[in-house]
Amino acid sequence: MGNLGAKVQQVFDEPGCATNQAKPSKERKQGCNKLLAPGAAAGGCAFDGAKIALQPITDVAHLVHGPIGCEGHSWDSRGSKSSGPLLYRTSFTTAMNEQDIIFGGEKHLYKAIKEIVEKHNPPAVFVYQTCVPAMIGDDIEAVCKAATKKFGKPVIPVNVPGFVGSKNLGNKLAGEVLLDYVIGTEEPEETTPYDINIIGEYNLSGELWQVKPLLDELGIRILASISGDAKYHEVARSHRARAAMMVCSKAMINVARKMEERYGIPFVEGSFYGIGDMSDSLRNISQLLVDRGAPAELLQRTEIVIEREEARAWEKIAPFRKRLEGKRVLLFTGGVKSWSVVAALQEAGLVITGTSVKKSTPDDKARIKELIKDDAHMYDNLKPREMYAILKEARANIMLSGGRTQFVALKAKMPWLDINQERHHAYAGYVGIVTLISEIDKAISNPVWEQVRRLAPWEQAAMRNAVQFHLAQEQ
Amino acid sequence: MARAVTGEKHCTVNPLKMSQSIGAALAFMGVENAMPLLHGSQGCTSFGLVLFVRHFREAIPMQTTAMSEVATVLGGFDNVEQALINIADRAKPALIGICTTGISEIKGDDLHGFVKTIRSAHPELDPIALVDASTPDFEGAFQDGWAAAVTRMIEELVEVPLMQKRPTRRINVLPGCHITPGDIDELRDIFDAFSLDPIFLPDLSGSLDGHIPDEFSPTTLGGISVAQIRKMGSALYTIAIGEQMHGAAITLEYRTGVPYKLFDRLTGLAVNDELMEFLSSVSGVPVPRKYRRQRSQLIDAMLDGHFYFGGKRVAIAAEPDLLCAMAHWLHEMGCEIQAAVTTTQSPALEKIPVEEVVLGDLEDFELRASGADLLVTHSHGRQASERLGIPLFRAGLPVFDRLGAGHQLSVGYRGTRNLIFEVGNLFIANAHEPTPTTWMPANEMTQPLVSIQTH
Repeated sequence: MGNLGAKVQQVFDEPGCATNQAKPSKERKQGCNKLLAPGAAAGGCAFDGAKIALQPITDVAHLVHGPIGCEGHSWDSRGSKSSGPLLYRTSFTTAMNEQDIIFGGEKHLYKAIKEIVEKHNPPAVFVYQTCVPAMIGDDIEAVCKAATKKFGKPVIPVNVPGFVGSKNLGNKLAGEVLLDYVIGTEEPEETTPYDINIIGEYNLSGELWQVKPLLDELGIRILASISGDAKYHEVARSHRARAAMMVCSKAMINVARKMEERYGIPFVEGSFYGIGDMSDSLRNISQLLVDRGAPAELLQRTEIVIEREEARAWEKIAPFRKRLEGKRVLLFTGGVKSWSVVAALQEAGLVITGTSVKKSTPDDKARIKELIKDDAHMYDNLKPREMYAILKEARANIMLSGGRTQFVALKAKMPWLDINQERHHAYAGYVGIVTLISEIDKAISNPVWEQVRRLAPWEQAAMRNAVQFHLAQEQ
Repeated sequence: MARAVTGEKHCTVNPLKMSQSIGAALAFMGVENAMPLLHGSQGCTSFGLVLFVRHFREAIPMQTTAMSEVATVLGGFDNVEQALINIADRAKPALIGICTTGISEIKGDDLHGFVKTIRSAHPELDPIALVDASTPDFEGAFQDGWAAAVTRMIEELVEVPLMQKRPTRRINVLPGCHITPGDIDELRDIFDAFSLDPIFLPDLSGSLDGHIPDEFSPTTLGGISVAQIRKMGSALYTIAIGEQMHGAAITLEYRTGVPYKLFDRLTGLAVNDELMEFLSSVSGVPVPRKYRRQRSQLIDAMLDGHFYFGGKRVAIAAEPDLLCAMAHWLHEMGCEIQAAVTTTQSPALEKIPVEEVVLGDLEDFELRASGADLLVTHSHGRQASERLGIPLFRAGLPVFDRLGAGHQLSVGYRGTRNLIFEVGNLFIANAHEPTPTTWMPANEMTQPLVSIQTH
C-alpha cells in the first residue's frame, strides 16, 4: 500500500491542473480529494473511476479482483462503444469468497488470469484491485508480474481499491497505469506528421465517431484514442504521436502532461461539445501539428472544413428557434459542459436560467458569467429538494443533467434530458450539437406534459369547491 | 430431483449474482420513510444505487458510511456514528437500515455494538428505528441479504403481543425479493377479496411502484410503516412467499406465536388453488366469484398456450426462488428445463425439475443453453441471447433495457395467465417458417439466418 499512497500523493499534486496550482502550496499537496461526509456522500469510488477510464479499451480482458459487489453490480453498464472487438463487454471477476479471505486470494487470482488467457488470448489483461483484497494484503503487482512472465503477455495491475478516494482519483490512477505499463512499450509500423492522440474521450454513445470523419477528411490520423474505442496496441504505440488533444480536462490531465514531458508531445485542452468549441479544437489541433512540422496548408484546409460545418450546423439549428425561443433551461452538469454547450443553446433561442458550478474551475466560472450575464443563477450545491422546487414552480422548462437527478425533474412533471455518461444520444461535434437541440425540442414539445399535469376530475372538482368556498368567505 | 453442483473454474465470467449488501438495502426500501445505509466504501453504495435506478426507473434513497482507507484500518465506529447523525439531520427518516459489506466484515466492526453505543450517546436518534444486518458480499447472494434484513427487522422491531387472543383479520405477508411491486398489488387485491387485512414486510408496492408523490422526499416514498411492523405480532397468520423467507417466518412465529404458512411459489395453477383454499379456510369466506372466473381463464390460457410450450427447451438462470417459480411453472406447461443456473444454496433447489442446478455465472449458463428455445434470466443475458441467437425472456433483477420491471406480474391466477401470454408470444414470434430445406437432414444444409424477436 506504500506505493499506492505515494502514487495518490503524486497524482494530487498535479502541475497541469489550474485549480490545483491556484491553491497555496500547502493545500496544493492535499489535492482535490475532498473528505467525504458519511451519510451525506454521493458518487463512485476510485475503482469505478479507473474502470470508466480503462474499460473503453476494447480488445483486452478487464478482470476485477474482489467480492461480487464490485463487478457484479456494475458490469456492462457503461456506454462506451467499440468499432470492432467486444471482449471489453465480457465481465471477469474473481468473485472472492470466504476461503479467499481466510487463505488469501493471490492463487485464485493467478488461476483466473490463466483461464482468461487460455480461453480468450487477449493482447493484455488488466487486473483491478479492490478494497477487500487490499485489506487482506493480496499483492496483485506480484501476481501480475508472475503472470506476465508465465504467459508472455502484459498482465497489468490497476491498483485502485475504492476506499482510496473518488471516481476522479480513479480516472487519474488509471492514467498512471497506462503511463507506467502500456504507453511506449511498442513501436508503430509507420508514423505521419498528422498523427495525434485524443486523451480523455471515452466514445460514449459513439461520440468519437461524430468527430473522427472530420479528422479523416483533414488527413489527421488518430494514432491512439485514450481510451475510447481503443485497442491495446494503439495505446502502447501512442508515444509516437506528434500532438495530443486532451478532452475532459479533469480526468486524464496527468497522462497528457507526462506524455509531453517524456515524449515531447505537446497537447491542447479542448472540448467537442458546442459549435465554437468544436471549431477551436480542430483549429488548435491543426496549429499544433503545423508547429511540429506538418505542412502549413493544413490550416487553410481546416478553416474551410470549419466554415462549412459551422454553416451547416447553424442552418440546422435555426428552425428550432421559433419553437424554443424563450424556453428556460436548468443546466446541471460538471465542469466543461456547463459552458461549452451554452452558446448553441442560446443560438436556438433557449435561455439559461441556472447552471451548476460545483465541479467548475474559476476559469470555467468566469466563462459562464461572461456567456450568460447576470440573469442566471450559478449554483454551487443545489440540493434535490431545491431543484424540485425550481421545476415544480416552473421556473425552468427543462433540466439537462445526469441520471442521478432524472427523477427530481420527472416527478415534478418537467422535461428532462440526460447529458452525462449514461446518455443514449451522442452530442459531440457539429452533428452532435444539432442532435442535442433536437432532443431538447422533442422533450419539451412532447404532448405528454400537458396530459400528465392536468388535474384528475375529482381534483378539479375539489379545486372548484375550494375556490367557491374562498369566494364565499370573501363576500 | 436436482442436485446442486459448483463449477471447477476460478474466474467468474459475466456474473449472475449480486451481493447480499444490496439485497438487504432493497428490503429496507420496502419500509416507509426509510434510508438504507451501506457500511463500506462509497462505491459499494453507488454501484447498487445506479443498478436499482436502472431497474425501477425511480429515485433510490441509499447512503454510505464512506469508509476511507484510514477509517478502514482504524475501524468504522466514527463513520457509522457520523452517518447516522447526518442522515437523521438531513432526511429525518423513520428507519435507517444499516448493512455491512465485505470491508466492514473483514475489519471486524461490531456493527450491532456500534449501534447500541451510538443510541445511548445520541438521544436525538430516539425517534428513529435503527436496524443492522450482517450482509458481507463475499458469501451468499442477493436473496440471502434480503432475507437477513427482514429477519433483523422482525427481531428488532416486532413487539411481543401481551394477549394470546388474535381477534383481527390481519395477515402478515413476507414476500421474497423476486416478488415485484406489481405482484404485491395483485396479492393485496386477492387478500382483500377474502376480507383479510394483509400487511407486507417489505412492501415495495408503496415505495417502488412508480407513482408521483405530492412532495419531494429524500427517503422512501411509501411502504410498510415502522408502527405496522411493531404490531405484526397481533396477526392471525403469516404467509411467507419463497423459501428465502422461511427463516424470517420462523423467527416471527418464535417471537410472537403467529403461525406461518410457506408457499415456495405462487406461479401456476395448483399452487394458486392451494392459496385460495388456504385463504378461504383462514377467513371463512368462500372463494370469491372473481377468482373462480380467473381460474377458469387461466385454464383456458393453459389450453391455448400448451401448443407452443410443449416440448420446448428452456434455459434459466436466476436466484433460487425465482428459478424455482419459473422452472416449475414452465415444466407444468410442458417445457423441458435444459439448464438451470443459480447464485446460492437453497433447499428450494433440490425439487427443481432438472438433473442438476449449477451454482455459477452467465458463462456457465451460455455454455449449457446452446440449442435451447428460450433463455430466461435478467437483462445481462442479452449478450448470450445475441451470441446464441435464442430469444430472451427477462426475469429477475436487474432488468434495465425494458420498461415496467416493477410491474412484471407472475403471481395468482391472473399473473400466471399473463405469463403464459408473454412467454407464449415469444415462442410464437420465434417459430421458424418452413423453407424447402427445413426437412433435410441437418448435415446436408447450411444454417439459415434467423432474426430474433424479444419481448
